[in-house]
Amino acid sequence: MTLILESVTKRVGPETHIRDVSLALPKGSLNVLLGQTLAGKTTLMRLMAGLEAPSEGRILADGKDVTGLPVQRRNVAMVYQQFINYPSLSVYENIASPMRVAGVARAEIEARVQEAAALLRLAPYLKRKPLELSGGQQQRTAIARALCKRADLVLMDEPLANLDYKLREELREELPRIFAATGAIFVYATTEPAEALMLGGRTATLHQGRVTQVGPTPDVYRRPDDLITAKVFSDPPLNTLSVLKAGGRVTLPTGGQVRATGTLATVPDGAYTIGFRAHHLALDPLPVEAIALPATVSVAEITGSESFVHIDAGESRLIALVAGVRRLEPGTAVTAWLDPRHALVFDAAGRTAAFDLPAAA
Amino acid sequence: MTKTVNQKAWLLVLPVFAVVAFSAVLPLMTVVNYSVQDTFGNNQFFWNGLGWFQELLDPTSQFGERFFDSLWRNLLFSAIILAIEVPLGIAVALSMPREGRSVAFCLVLMALPLLIPWNVVGTIWQVFARSDIGLLGSFLNRIGIDYNYAGSALAAWVTIVTMDVWHWTSLVALLCYAGLKSIPDAYYQAARIDGASQWAIFRTIQLPKMRRVLLIAVLLRFMDSFMIYTEPFVLTGGGPGNATTFLSIDLVKLALGQFDLGRAAAMSLVYNLIILSVCWVFYTVMTNVDAGNRTVLTESDPADAAAAAGSLPQATTIPLDRRAA
Amino acid sequence: MARITLDHLAHAYGPNPQGPQDYALKEIDHVWRQGGAYALLGPSGCGKSTLLNIISGLVVPTRGRILFDDRDVTTVPTEGRNIAQVFQFPVVYDTMTVRENLAFPLKNRRVAPATIRSRVEEIAGLLDLTRVLDRRANNLTADMKQKISLGRGLVRPDVAAILFDEPLTVIDPHLKWQLRSTLKELHRKLDLTMIYVTHDQTEALTFADTVVVMHDGAVVQTGTPDELFERPAHTFVGHFIGSPGMNLLPAEVRGATATIEGHAIPLARHYPDLPKGKRIELGVRPEYVHLTPKGLGKGFTLPVQVRRIDDIGRQRLARVELGGRPLVATVAEGQSLDGTEAALTLDPRQIHIYADGALVPGEAA
Repeated sequence: MTLILESVTKRVGPETHIRDVSLALPKGSLNVLLGQTLAGKTTLMRLMAGLEAPSEGRILADGKDVTGLPVQRRNVAMVYQQFINYPSLSVYENIASPMRVAGVARAEIEARVQEAAALLRLAPYLKRKPLELSGGQQQRTAIARALCKRADLVLMDEPLANLDYKLREELREELPRIFAATGAIFVYATTEPAEALMLGGRTATLHQGRVTQVGPTPDVYRRPDDLITAKVFSDPPLNTLSVLKAGGRVTLPTGGQVRATGTLATVPDGAYTIGFRAHHLALDPLPVEAIALPATVSVAEITGSESFVHIDAGESRLIALVAGVRRLEPGTAVTAWLDPRHALVFDAAGRTAAFDLPAAA
Repeated sequence: MTKTVNQKAWLLVLPVFAVVAFSAVLPLMTVVNYSVQDTFGNNQFFWNGLGWFQELLDPTSQFGERFFDSLWRNLLFSAIILAIEVPLGIAVALSMPREGRSVAFCLVLMALPLLIPWNVVGTIWQVFARSDIGLLGSFLNRIGIDYNYAGSALAAWVTIVTMDVWHWTSLVALLCYAGLKSIPDAYYQAARIDGASQWAIFRTIQLPKMRRVLLIAVLLRFMDSFMIYTEPFVLTGGGPGNATTFLSIDLVKLALGQFDLGRAAAMSLVYNLIILSVCWVFYTVMTNVDAGNRTVLTESDPADAAAAAGSLPQATTIPLDRRAA
Repeated sequence: MARITLDHLAHAYGPNPQGPQDYALKEIDHVWRQGGAYALLGPSGCGKSTLLNIISGLVVPTRGRILFDDRDVTTVPTEGRNIAQVFQFPVVYDTMTVRENLAFPLKNRRVAPATIRSRVEEIAGLLDLTRVLDRRANNLTADMKQKISLGRGLVRPDVAAILFDEPLTVIDPHLKWQLRSTLKELHRKLDLTMIYVTHDQTEALTFADTVVVMHDGAVVQTGTPDELFERPAHTFVGHFIGSPGMNLLPAEVRGATATIEGHAIPLARHYPDLPKGKRIELGVRPEYVHLTPKGLGKGFTLPVQVRRIDDIGRQRLARVELGGRPLVATVAEGQSLDGTEAALTLDPRQIHIYADGALVPGEAA
């Protein structure tokens, strides 16, 4: 099945929850909806599922208009943030339940449950009750049930948010493999950029009910269309600086002036916002011509092999992700270095004027 | 808009419409019909217009006086039982165990009075409070308190109020208990850390969290007590004199005792309107409380807002209920 | 302000604990210094919440004592302990304004109104809550509410320690960064003992000076973030810390050489007397394993088959197999790779040897 949303808008009372969203989700695709809490991810999924009808626009499945069709008449499966299973049924029966409702033959149920259990590493627990399992296993049970249904559309609303960090990591790694084995359309909502990147596939970034960009995940990450998309798709938060370009030189908010190189060389004179991710800000001189920013350290956070150093450069709070353990006292004066090839340049309206040039290998 | 709305759902509601039509709408129409006519039996009716209503709402007329007496009596009764049952219910709910085996025991015990049919409740108390053979009545008389609910208005009121409190306090308590159970442990821990006294915990955590269920409890108990009929009818039959003649009892006396159908119909319509308007008031208050509890997204990153202003129509606010846990 | 001493603490939820399997918290003996920032890190069910509850006074331990400075508080209830706690889900008093929320602990302790006023304003300034002081706490966002919970602890001048129970769970990713750095700045300014419980290694490592890693009711390692990262004392720590975790491969080790599926790997240290009959594993973090095109790696390389390369934004992770054993390697930015055959380079100084899960120190070669 191919699912197409045409200019879908959802209003509830005076509020617009989804505005003018158009998306095409091809068969067998993995689609990530990335956005902060309240960006409209859940509402969009409910519209896709048919749990809600759009106020405007159409939803097409394989070219057929399914706009008003309720969820029962569509072949949809959903996995939620909470682990939702039938507590009194065994894991086996939990996975089998939608097939029993659909009247699938006993032998077929057995085969599909075993297949899904193998895929999700649940085979040893099939006889247990969900509450006797760990959170990760409970959520695997819910996912197995969704997969067994052979739904055309599988919607997952932050399915890993309630799991321990390590379990999350494990399932994240497995999910793309599991998705690829089924051929359904997967839609996966998350607030975490790292999760989107780990899952791959295609990403649609959402902000205040609008889809700001859609494309292959790494492309949206590296080549955001606008400042909002870049912000939504950055963790740590995107570093930004307001700069003024005139006559081949760039004035920085910290007062200094540098030669316009890298991405800044490619744009006409004017006022811009440059955005760059934490790992593109260095605290040691770079082997290329780099923009130097005088700054003071505000907090240094050490993660083991790397350090997040929060620095204040002029009015801006920036975060640098640097290799190694950097124990920097707050108030220490440092120079931060920015490779101008990695600066995303946004015009006054927040549209991208130039993006990340591929670094020389 | 190309939305195709599924109309079949109406079919499912049809039986309800049919039942409601036969059980409520048709009888109500009959009542409306009666309320504008006078009858002297033999199925003969005479047009009376709004005469009954004018008489009913005029306290100086005999009929109006009787109506307002019953109405005040009824309101007083509701006020008294609310004033007793709500604080008592809260107190009971607060003293119930929050976990362990005794929870189930308490819940069953509390539910018992609610399971007894109303006329049985009336009969139980009628016997219990009799001054000759009743356990309570004879005991009170023996210790020197002159108690006879059939003879003294005060005794009748005390008995009816006590009976209602006995019968219905557990409903308030159970509702409050449900409200209390929904408070996460972290709140109590935080309050202990903050050095809050029991009273402060009640005022700042428990009461606000119980507000919703309390409103429901008050609504239910008000409606029920305002429409009370069976128990006082069984116990006192509205007496002594008219001391416990509440609206519903008066209505039955008028309609079935005196067969004054026109007056009774007018009275029951007004009675109905009072109940509906009280319901509406409660409903409005309750939905407003809900709206007040909704979190509103107010603090967004100023930088984001500025950026958004550049390229987007400003701020869509989406209800935050999903954020909470 | 207090030093917290955990003196042979252990706790079992059942009445008569027999063996170690009955203990939710196995014996722990630690001194946490005044003013330190500590994290208790571990998966759910590892005992970290039990330990937190013992410190906060909700649970009285089955054995051992807990001391704040020199005062034995083992059986002292929560309200007598001068601790503050921030919970997983924000706890604010809905009906009060932010100001009343912050004043609440002081009002309960009958502090003079003028003192309360100035103290509340001071703390609000510290937490950047001044703008919202007179707003109803109920209508604020989750991160603001967490700040209010924290503020209620901070207003008390006598607070001995602040406990955080997964405080960032309901906070959006981009706000987590702000709140976390706020916590860190506060820790520096206020010289308070802070204890942070979490299952999220990034939060633990970035917040704490000392991280206590717990597993199965016991402390497996206590150390600074870089110690835990560079020298995990146990394979569990290697796996649990780092994202992705440490590569662990069964190996045969003789002297200063490890052999994995027939591939010999030189080691920086040598291991003359490894315990017999134990499971020997080689551990190396993905950060120190680099994938290069076949034949191009400098120095020592190993031939591997590439199964998958994930672009995770700032770097690429390669899932490879060495003689059929899976491991994860990093791919440098700009490095292009074709086909499934590639070479691994690894830093011998970053290789650790484990026997039945425990780090074997080895000897300098």
